[in-house]
Amino acid sequence: MDTSNPFAMSMEDFRKLGFKSGLEVHQQLATRQKLFCRCPVGYQHREHDAELLRHMRPTLSELGEYDGTALMEFKTKKQIHYQLFQDSVCTYEMDDTPPFPINQEALDVGLRVAQLFDCNLVDELHVTRKQYLDGSIPTGFQRTAIVGIDGALPLAAHPARVLQIGLEEDACREVRDEGHHVVFRTDRLSTPLVEVVTDASLQDPREVVEAAELIRRVLRSSERVRRGAGATRADVNVSVAGGTRVELKGVPRIAWFERLVRVEACRQRLLLDIRDQLKQRGVSQQRFQAVIRDVTELASKLRLATLRKAMKRGDVVLGVHLPGFGGLLDKPVQPGIPFAQEFAGRVRVIACLDEMPNLVHTDDAACWQDRERELKKLREAFGASHVDAVVLVWGPAEDAHTAADEVRLRALDAIQGVPSETRQVFADGTNDFERILPGPDRMYPDTDSPPVRIEAERVARLWAERPPRPWERLARYRELGLSSVLADDVLLQGPPSLFDRLLERTGARPVDLAVALAQRLVSLTRKGKRQGRPSEAALEALFRRLAEGRLAREALPELLASMDGEASVDALVARLAPTPAPGGEVSEVVERVATRELADCKATDAEARLRFAMGKAMEQLRGRTPGQALRAALAARLG
Amino acid sequence: MTDEDPLKGYRGKARARLIDLGLRVWDDLELKTSRGAFVGILLPRSEQADDQHLVLKLRNGYNVGVLVDVVESAVVHDHKEAHYKIPEGTFPMDPAKPNVTLLGTGGTIASRLDYRTGAVIPAFTPGELYGAVPDLADVCNLTTKKLFGIFSENMGREQWLTLAREAAAAIEGGADGIVVGHGTDTMHHTAAVMTFMLQDLPVPVVIVGSQRSSDRPSSDAALNLIHACTSAGLGPVAEVLVCMFGPTSDVFGLLHSGTRVRKMHSSYRSTFRTIGETPVAMVSRDGVKPIRQKFRARDRSRKVKLVDTWDDRVSIVYYYPNMKGDVIDSLVERGYKGVVIAGTGLGHVNRPLYEPLRRAVAAGLHVYMTVQTLWGFAQMYVYDTGRDLLEIGVVPLSNMLPEVAYMKLGWALGQSQEREEVKRIMLTPIADEITEREPPNGYVVLQGGIPEVDEFLARGYR
Ligand SMILES: [Zn+2]
Repeated sequence: MDTSNPFAMSMEDFRKLGFKSGLEVHQQLATRQKLFCRCPVGYQHREHDAELLRHMRPTLSELGEYDGTALMEFKTKKQIHYQLFQDSVCTYEMDDTPPFPINQEALDVGLRVAQLFDCNLVDELHVTRKQYLDGSIPTGFQRTAIVGIDGALPLAAHPARVLQIGLEEDACREVRDEGHHVVFRTDRLSTPLVEVVTDASLQDPREVVEAAELIRRVLRSSERVRRGAGATRADVNVSVAGGTRVELKGVPRIAWFERLVRVEACRQRLLLDIRDQLKQRGVSQQRFQAVIRDVTELASKLRLATLRKAMKRGDVVLGVHLPGFGGLLDKPVQPGIPFAQEFAGRVRVIACLDEMPNLVHTDDAACWQDRERELKKLREAFGASHVDAVVLVWGPAEDAHTAADEVRLRALDAIQGVPSETRQVFADGTNDFERILPGPDRMYPDTDSPPVRIEAERVARLWAERPPRPWERLARYRELGLSSVLADDVLLQGPPSLFDRLLERTGARPVDLAVALAQRLVSLTRKGKRQGRPSEAALEALFRRLAEGRLAREALPELLASMDGEASVDALVARLAPTPAPGGEVSEVVERVATRELADCKATDAEARLRFAMGKAMEQLRGRTPGQALRAALAARLG
Repeated sequence: MTDEDPLKGYRGKARARLIDLGLRVWDDLELKTSRGAFVGILLPRSEQADDQHLVLKLRNGYNVGVLVDVVESAVVHDHKEAHYKIPEGTFPMDPAKPNVTLLGTGGTIASRLDYRTGAVIPAFTPGELYGAVPDLADVCNLTTKKLFGIFSENMGREQWLTLAREAAAAIEGGADGIVVGHGTDTMHHTAAVMTFMLQDLPVPVVIVGSQRSSDRPSSDAALNLIHACTSAGLGPVAEVLVCMFGPTSDVFGLLHSGTRVRKMHSSYRSTFRTIGETPVAMVSRDGVKPIRQKFRARDRSRKVKLVDTWDDRVSIVYYYPNMKGDVIDSLVERGYKGVVIAGTGLGHVNRPLYEPLRRAVAAGLHVYMTVQTLWGFAQMYVYDTGRDLLEIGVVPLSNMLPEVAYMKLGWALGQSQEREEVKRIMLTPIADEITEREPPNGYVVLQGGIPEVDEFLARGYR
């Protein structure tokens, strides 16, 4: 197998790599208000009203030392700016008011989702704080609670487990992150989310996709989830044998999953190959000495294009000598991305040096072309041989030193193999460093929120009202004669319960109803021809007419596009689809066609003559009588 | 640790069931329930919580409550008792830096979390503080003394006297500044009484706390502490000051005069406001920048004058319409010596109180009038009501804040019970408790929604 081409590998290849993956799916809930305050849920598309400036300071961990993530984020010393909105953010989101009691509507949805996954529900909800120092939440922690544990995810090949269902508040949206400043919009903050966490039993990229698809369908079945951009985001955990759990953060689309996990699994394998090579060269963590030296003066003589701007700014240039790393920095670890990017990513985030390229190294052949003498000088400055590498970083003194140290730390990680990281993802399947993966030691009780008892009656009521599981629903829709695609559309777009209700109340043909609800209305909305669905009552009136034969199916598309309220159905039908022709008129037309118009028909065989007659009749009755009935009447008349 | 209740916080039914199962808190266990299995550590339960559930910390760090009724059996794998020890560093001493003494009364300035148990453990010794807020060492040398560990609502006469004496002793011992760690609820009461008890200060006494507890990354505690140490060690203002956030953003702190400051929001970071004046100064990591021109400057040669007395037979009556006279009568009957009324408007109460007040004054009660509007002066000559009250013997306290008047009256009565002497003490300002004038920017309560105000709020940091 060729791990440098992740897209050409088979599922079997990934299993051989010891591929393991688990999902954490975050789904916004369609509640009216936020989780811990009474602000309305929704996005703002206008300029913000005010701004807040904060910093995050790591709190001491158990050993009196800051944990990896905390330390890293403090190193970056970010000024965190929050954009506030008068009408969708209150002093709770600003972290200036303690939380209000948890949103009961959201708790119901959380419990319902946990039931859909057959979880063990908790009897008492305990709100917990999960620390985030990246600034995405002004408190520095996310309020989160477990509603159920140990559920089932019935995949085709084997049953995976749902480890837990959490109910938590969403974080801010990042506007930009430049240098020492990061800007967040607070509108999304505190929107209720459910988090579905699976075990790490997904064994190849396709299974990851299957699991994600299934989770999405279960969530949609609850019919209380938000849709649209950013409403569902997943973190995908990936590891291979010998590797480490790496979290691919905030994957917005299922379509991205397969290529992302393919690339990540291979990246881990390629990093392990690099580790093996280092080991062969006798590089060990204990003996590794990365000398850092100020080479600003030397760098000014190198006249490298990448460094020219830095020199003009008066940046400090530091070199890091990495013994044993020679020839490795240019090795690809992702399609089109060399190992050196692993260092650049760390420097970008941790030293806040985000103007790319932010480093230069001795393995970069293009950079040193026709500059052999300068390269030699640089190597000499560090006493570096060809098995060694030298990395140059630059910036304001403090940042440059952070950067150089980060290069040294990343090199140490490389000797071990795959560092445990959270990585940001790109549409092409590649990823880049975002932060060190936080350890489990960042949870503590929210002393501001009392435990919430979950009464047995509440659980029983939710259980009685629970919607069918997606697989149950799909089976039933198939029995109703829907194609698998249409059945799935009803499940995902439906909404399925509306489909079920209208079907029962109107007696319409399942296919008509399904196409209208899950395809036609969806596409009309998508194209901007409609603002949402017509009211349930209006749809009911419409489909009742159809079922009773008082409306021709042909008129549906036009009606769906233009109807709004219930009252408009009658008016619209009158205008666009005149009342179906009374039986008398239909017979008259049939008679007229049979006796007069058919005379113009040249064809002799019965089928063709019927087609001709049908055409003539439809000219007079289109949209006013069911085609099948007309056809039958004509056939009977023509004999 | 071992003599602690092995079923801490559990009572009634839950306790009985735990005894049945032979379980103790900190047991690492697997619970079999009729709902499925739960694996984690049995945590102590909050005393106020019901007796129906037990609390587990799951492996993933989350806590959940399990109904005792559904528990079928339990298997204990291990026992992991919490250890409440904070590792200490050594606070570096630099002879070039000022020596600041931090006196602790309660309220956590710094703390660390025990993630496994969720306990918040306060950090207080210099070594612990150095571990939590290492940047403090850039400001000063720190000595700490923990006087009490109480919530600020439990501060009272004994604590105020002790605090004043300890602060005076530390100043005499050569401290370049005093920082008092204090819960925020009654910080302004303590600030007022310290102003009266610690006179002629040679160095600053800075009272500080936090509105967001120090166990959270967004806490204002560390920055407040840095600001307070900067003000105490390096600032020019040798007065009793409250040092808390200016805006809610991490930008700068304000130094408020101890007798003009009040907590104005139950939870906002920038809750403390100077009433009827401007704050004394602004403080940031760069140092203290005075706002007012007039303040008592730092002068090591001055000697602190300790007036440590406080009679706690004083009360504060927040007047409301339809108040009955027996409220006043009962104070006299119970042996109170002084009362501060927070009256309406310019300092008014209703007519039915006149006779009870007359009786009270005749019986020796010292009655003073302040305004519940907080801003503005008690001016009792303007309306008949005011004139009637003056005639009865109620003494208006100008623009002294009600809480400050309460603290001062206890302090004055500690020195004398003689009507005219008490009145002299009350009406002679020690600091800013009575000011001669209210500057135009002394009353600023911006009204949101007004276009100009919203525009202003959009420009700076809130
Ligand atoms: Zn809110």
